[in-house]
Amino acid sequence: MDIKTLTITQAKKDLKEKKYSSVELTKAYLTRIKQVEPRVKAFVTITEEEALKNAKEADKKIAEGKDLPLLGIPLSIKDNFSTTGIRTTASSKVLDNYIPPYDATVVKKLKDAGMVLLGKKNMDAWAHGSSTETSDYGPSKNPWNTDHLPGGSSGGAAASVAADETLAAIGSETAGSIRQPASWCGVVGLKPTYGRVSRYGVIAMGSSLDSPGPITKTVEDSALILNILAGQDLHDATTGTNPVADYEKNLNKDIKNLKIGIAEDYFEGVDPQVKKTVEDALKIFEQLGAHIKKIKLFQPKYAIAVYTILQRAEVSSNLARFDGIRYGNDRSFFGDEAKRRIMLGTYTLSAGYYDQYYNKALKVRTVIIDDFKKAFEDVDVIIGPTSPTISLPLGASAGKAMFGELADLLVEPSSIAGLSGINVPCGFSKEGLPIGMQIIGPQFAEEVILNAAYKYEQENPLYLKKPTL
Amino acid sequence: MNKYTPVIGLEVHVELKTKSKMFCACSAEYFGKEPNTHTCPVCLGLPGALPVPNKTAIEWCIKIALALNCEINKYSKFDRKNYFYPDLAKGYQISQYDLPFGHDGKITLKDGKEIRIRRVHMEEDTGKLSHQEINGGKVSLIDFNRSGVPLVEVVTEPDFDNPSDVKEYLEKLQLIVRYLDIANADMEKGEMRLEPNISLRKGERQSTYLKETDLPNYKVEVKNINSFKFVEKAINYEIGRQHEILEKNERPAQETRGWNEDKGKTFSQRSKEDAQDYRYFPEPDIPPIVHTKNEISTLLKQVPELPDKKITRFEKNYALPSYDTEILIREKSLADFFEETTKTNQDKNITAKAIANWIINKKVDPTKTKPSDVIKQITANKQVAQIDEKELTKFIDEVINENEKAVTDYKSGKETVIMFLLGQTMKKIGRKVDTEMVKELLKKKLS
Repeated sequence: MDIKTLTITQAKKDLKEKKYSSVELTKAYLTRIKQVEPRVKAFVTITEEEALKNAKEADKKIAEGKDLPLLGIPLSIKDNFSTTGIRTTASSKVLDNYIPPYDATVVKKLKDAGMVLLGKKNMDAWAHGSSTETSDYGPSKNPWNTDHLPGGSSGGAAASVAADETLAAIGSETAGSIRQPASWCGVVGLKPTYGRVSRYGVIAMGSSLDSPGPITKTVEDSALILNILAGQDLHDATTGTNPVADYEKNLNKDIKNLKIGIAEDYFEGVDPQVKKTVEDALKIFEQLGAHIKKIKLFQPKYAIAVYTILQRAEVSSNLARFDGIRYGNDRSFFGDEAKRRIMLGTYTLSAGYYDQYYNKALKVRTVIIDDFKKAFEDVDVIIGPTSPTISLPLGASAGKAMFGELADLLVEPSSIAGLSGINVPCGFSKEGLPIGMQIIGPQFAEEVILNAAYKYEQENPLYLKKPTL
Repeated sequence: MNKYTPVIGLEVHVELKTKSKMFCACSAEYFGKEPNTHTCPVCLGLPGALPVPNKTAIEWCIKIALALNCEINKYSKFDRKNYFYPDLAKGYQISQYDLPFGHDGKITLKDGKEIRIRRVHMEEDTGKLSHQEINGGKVSLIDFNRSGVPLVEVVTEPDFDNPSDVKEYLEKLQLIVRYLDIANADMEKGEMRLEPNISLRKGERQSTYLKETDLPNYKVEVKNINSFKFVEKAINYEIGRQHEILEKNERPAQETRGWNEDKGKTFSQRSKEDAQDYRYFPEPDIPPIVHTKNEISTLLKQVPELPDKKITRFEKNYALPSYDTEILIREKSLADFFEETTKTNQDKNITAKAIANWIINKKVDPTKTKPSDVIKQITANKQVAQIDEKELTKFIDEVINENEKAVTDYKSGKETVIMFLLGQTMKKIGRKVDTEMVKELLKKKLS
């Protein structure tokens, strides 16, 4: 097998046809991890034993003729998802020795679907950041150039998919944490609608924003995983009751007459290479029969202010439980970024400031939600660059408290509005670093954005291009 | 000496008797259970765990609000109350801030005085700390069985000016939640916890509600008292203590105090001079709770006849004296049993009053007795030995002669003396005869 060209869809087929066993497949990934991990540093914990155990069980089931959507497929999961018996650190030394007694709903669903767990992925500590440089376990590296950042916070997850250390990875996005690293690493990253995928068991960052989602090589694999993850969860009161579509079914649907909105503000100040590449991608959409329509959206800079207030406030409350009394290390183990966020959040929620900051941010959030709603009356999806830049060099986040917010400028508005969005690779810079575009849809429109993304990917299958490691 | 009037408000926490906890499926029963056996990631506040509200608990909270004549917020929500305490698993308590389920209600006391209910809201209980010595070392242990048990907080306006009104209010509230069948409100188990806040205002009592601006510039809160008697004592103690301070022209400290029953004193726990900032904000893990008008009226229909109404009705329909009704309504099951018995009764000679007397005097246990049995017992009791009127008259005359003082008392208007004379007559008869008949004859002889 050649794991570089392998996708979940292909591996499933091969396993069924007994071209190789899940144990063989898993061993191939473990070998690959050993080879490249010293340079990529995508994992916090590699669960070799667990993986081989899972693989053996999967092979047994395959032999019994069982058919599960991820049976025997090696995956890995961002380290903020609770995994029974496997330490879960959120890349913070506060939780260096924390072993959860329960599985996140997402983890449970993946286990039920037959996955093989390779390990837990590095991230910005507590998901605070867009570089993985705030990880207490050191930054992950961009496989396309290991002197560059993979983005974040799901940086380890995106890097490992690009480096073929895993067939796919599960990330989580609060505002950009799936799409931005996917963009910088040249992979597909889906941020589902808030409430489409359960947050139960995911160490909370911005509770009103957090959305778990898949990071994959292809759009098809993304749809396949979303099919497993999506749906109401009785353990998460914020999950939606909306019916779940079969996301794989309509991937190849004609997108003739698809109305694509583009907002000028989303192209402003963007790296010219990125701008040009996304504009080229739009031309492909036009060739496929889609209509491009210029729309006016609220300037993304307002979203940053709203996001910064709301997310920090929620963070300050969510991190209160990490007092080291019952588990984990004490508060002196918090890194600078977490401390900054706790302080800012505590401040904005304090008596006398609440109305001025938090309450005002809530109001502007409503305005932004309405702004998108209005836009989606005229268009089906909105397309723009995912990140204003290509991957930045290691160290770029140092001393920049707002680094993440600027890197996520173009994804924060849709995150605040709880919309669905997907990063699709659409080209490379002259330095050979990936460029991604995002397709944003209304809430619960995953079917629509996956369809658009798939049609584009068929025209420009960049997943075939591989970094040399 | 200056004249002072107490200004008292109350916060009461009532634990609901739902099967499961407020935000998880764990059993809400914790009393006497092995510590930390009724726990899960949610009530332990483990990373990633999320609260899912208990629908029954919310409905019950609304029922309490309705029973207290509150307005119901059709659009309500939960909020996070952020503070640190080791028994608080998440570093915040899920409570309600600006949109409680109920607000602006009232309770009417016997003398017609109305106590305004400011709010009725839903929150979760905390874990329980115990400080022990194990192997010579001092340790603090936390039991999370209680963490997440549903609590309803009922807050009054500062409308009380004396401790006996407070006691009456508390008894009423306890009875109401028991009638609603949603809480046991057993004080000893901590299922109902009382927090009076007390201050003294210069001047006389007044009949109208105090304006915000008339309130004293300090407030002393006495926390977590678990007996109505102790509340009375604590309030009286505070009135005395604060009076002394005020007389020295000083202001009592704004603080939280505890009650020490052994010493009969309150003691300072923590200063509240700087109000703690709880940094309330809407709980992002729970969507807002919306109730339709229909849903509220359905809940209202489920509110049974409450004690006050029952008393009025019993007195009117059954011609019962208030003494009887008050005993009967103390437990809904007893009141229901009484009514059931009157319905069962076919004998016109057995009055409702006779049934009430029987139930009260014989301490009838409704869980062990059938209404029809009560009627049978009363009937059996009526079938008494016959007595010749001549013989009876003889006994009565004897009693009248032997008890001159009692007879004079009776004739001068002390009607209750009849019972004494009746008793004396019955003793002489020495057999079980119809007391009503004897009483009638006795009355005739005395008139």
